[in-house]
Amino acid sequence: MLLDVKDLRVTVEDKEILQGLSLSVSAGEVHAIMGPNGSGKSTLARALAGHPAYAVTSGTATFDGKDLLAMSPEERACEGLFMAFQYPVEIPGINNSYFLKAALNALRKFRGQQELDAVEFLALVKEKAKLLDIDREMLGRSVNEGFSGGEKKRNEIFQMAVLEPRLALLDETDSGLDIDALKVVANGVNALRRPDRAIVVVTHYQRLLNYIVPDFVHVLSNGRIVRSGGKELALELEAKGYGWIDAELAGAKA
Amino acid sequence: MSTSTETIEQLASREYKYGFETRLETDTFPPGLDEQVVRRLSAIKGDPDWLLEFRLKSFRAWLQMKEPTWHNLKIQPINYQAASYYSAPKKKPELKSMDEVDPDVRKTFERLGIPLEEQKLLSGVAVDAVFDSVSVATTFREKLGELGIIFCSFSEAVKHHPELVKKYLGSVVPYTDNFYATLNSAVFSDGSFVYVPKGVRCPMELSTYFRINARNTGQFERTLIIADEGSYVSYLEGCTAPMRDEHQLHAAVVELVALDNATIKYSTIQNWYPGDAQGKGGIYNFVTKRGTAHKHAKITWTQVETGSAITWKYPSCILQGDYSVGEFYSVATTNNWQQADTGTKMIHLGKHTRSTIVSKGISAGHGQNTYRGAVKIARNAEGARNYSQCDSLLIGDKCGAHTFPYLEIKNSTAKVEHEASTSKIGEDQMFYCRQRGISMEDAVNMIVSGFCREVFRELPMEFAVEAQKLLSISLEGSVG
Repeated sequence: MLLDVKDLRVTVEDKEILQGLSLSVSAGEVHAIMGPNGSGKSTLARALAGHPAYAVTSGTATFDGKDLLAMSPEERACEGLFMAFQYPVEIPGINNSYFLKAALNALRKFRGQQELDAVEFLALVKEKAKLLDIDREMLGRSVNEGFSGGEKKRNEIFQMAVLEPRLALLDETDSGLDIDALKVVANGVNALRRPDRAIVVVTHYQRLLNYIVPDFVHVLSNGRIVRSGGKELALELEAKGYGWIDAELAGAKA
Repeated sequence: MSTSTETIEQLASREYKYGFETRLETDTFPPGLDEQVVRRLSAIKGDPDWLLEFRLKSFRAWLQMKEPTWHNLKIQPINYQAASYYSAPKKKPELKSMDEVDPDVRKTFERLGIPLEEQKLLSGVAVDAVFDSVSVATTFREKLGELGIIFCSFSEAVKHHPELVKKYLGSVVPYTDNFYATLNSAVFSDGSFVYVPKGVRCPMELSTYFRINARNTGQFERTLIIADEGSYVSYLEGCTAPMRDEHQLHAAVVELVALDNATIKYSTIQNWYPGDAQGKGGIYNFVTKRGTAHKHAKITWTQVETGSAITWKYPSCILQGDYSVGEFYSVATTNNWQQADTGTKMIHLGKHTRSTIVSKGISAGHGQNTYRGAVKIARNAEGARNYSQCDSLLIGDKCGAHTFPYLEIKNSTAKVEHEASTSKIGEDQMFYCRQRGISMEDAVNMIVSGFCREVFRELPMEFAVEAQKLLSISLEGSVG
């Protein structure tokens, strides 16, 4: 098992958002985490990536058998955990490709691989950039500065393509995208599906899952996974709405 | 009666002078400053009379002056009588090549990462190294000499080019200018001198490294750069100093003269000992830098200030000639207990003069960073323009950033723009970098160097790389 989360409780600004969440993800699988706003989807992604504002109060999470929660965010990244941000952050004055080269070389150094020089890096980037429709001009701009919403999301998946993580958490990657941009992003993600890589897609809408077809779908409500199933669960949700799950839960309790 | 008194005094001072010359090889003055000290220093330097006069009138003016208090700095009282005003290396070398330099001196330079020989070979930079107030090596002089460019220590210039020194010394920074500049005018020991003749473009960056070595020795450098009509010169000044326990006074004066159509680019990396993490020790740096730009001339100051406990420094331009241009690009960092009050003055006197100010202040730890800039547009400065941009970056919540822009506009056709911003290195920016595998320290360095990019790109290439390294060293331990 690549990722094993057990009974995870996470607090943000003294408010408990995840209330005992468990999730297992194996290599090669694509999981979708769905749920209404405020159910804790993004909190899960950010807590797993180690965002300092998200405090884990109890539970465990292991990554390839290692204690994920004991690692710093950069260690998690070096171990092969990648998060595509819902709101990618701007870093003024730092060239997009310079940033990515620094990131890649940090990972390579951690793995005991030789760092790439500028020429080797450019060769690698050229190939991956095609995949996400990233042009030279975009590589030369400051990180995310002045990027459109679609460009930012494409850039995130482009970074994923270059960094080649073992586990990718896509946090609302579809939000704010028109259908064309969505397709480019989804095609990029699909091209990156591999037997030794797992992908966890966090999304509010089923739409993205038409393009990135998941192996498993989990529905989050009030900080817990309340239902898991195959890809058809997403369609059912789309048809019946999140209210349907809540109603069923209420019925089960009654 | 009075005549005989004078004669006796003259004799006395002459004996004194010789007395000192015999002891020159091993000399460090005992602490203290009075007129005799100024005379002794002048004698040791072998000053001509006019220079001794300059020193004496400066010293007398200084006695009447008080330290300025308008700055936003907390400074322990400085006892000017506790410092020594001259110190020379044990041997006064007359060197033809680097091999002749005292091996210990060379070793120190190497420890500071300044291997002169390599610089000579690799970078094509002519290096005038000032070691403890006396020049020990000057290179590339011949090559420059072929073009008529003079690049030498200040003392040598006094000896060999007295007419130039006499004409321009104090012409930009008058000896009465301010407390620290006046002190410097009285007791400056050495420094650098550059003259670029008419129409000559200096083919290499001129560079000098300063280092403060002896304990309790005030360092008073004097630099004079004259770019004659239509010439161009780029001058680099870089400083490092080893660990020290006590505050140490430093008051330099730099004067630039850009005659008609000339360009002077003056770049500084200042990395003197800033004091330890508790704020103990560190250098007090009070610098007066100013340039006069004649018609169509251009002066660019670029500075990266990472060191010193106290930085008090305002490289300025007097835009005297019509269509002259002044630029100031600055990065100032303060970490731990460092304080910086720095900025510029752009004084527009000529018509259609233009100036640009880009100031980037970075504060970390308990550092306090003040930008103080004045833009003055004189009554006759038709069509003058200024653009100022002052950005501050805060790392942590115990530091401070302050901006004091002063505008004095007396001509209604002038255009003056001022922009200012203050930002904090955000948790989200840090997390984004770290999520990509970049360590906290590297992330801060990256964000900071992005913030400073507009200034770094004004620096010559090799200097920009060094500046970036210094920034990361000076911000070490500021996060986490």
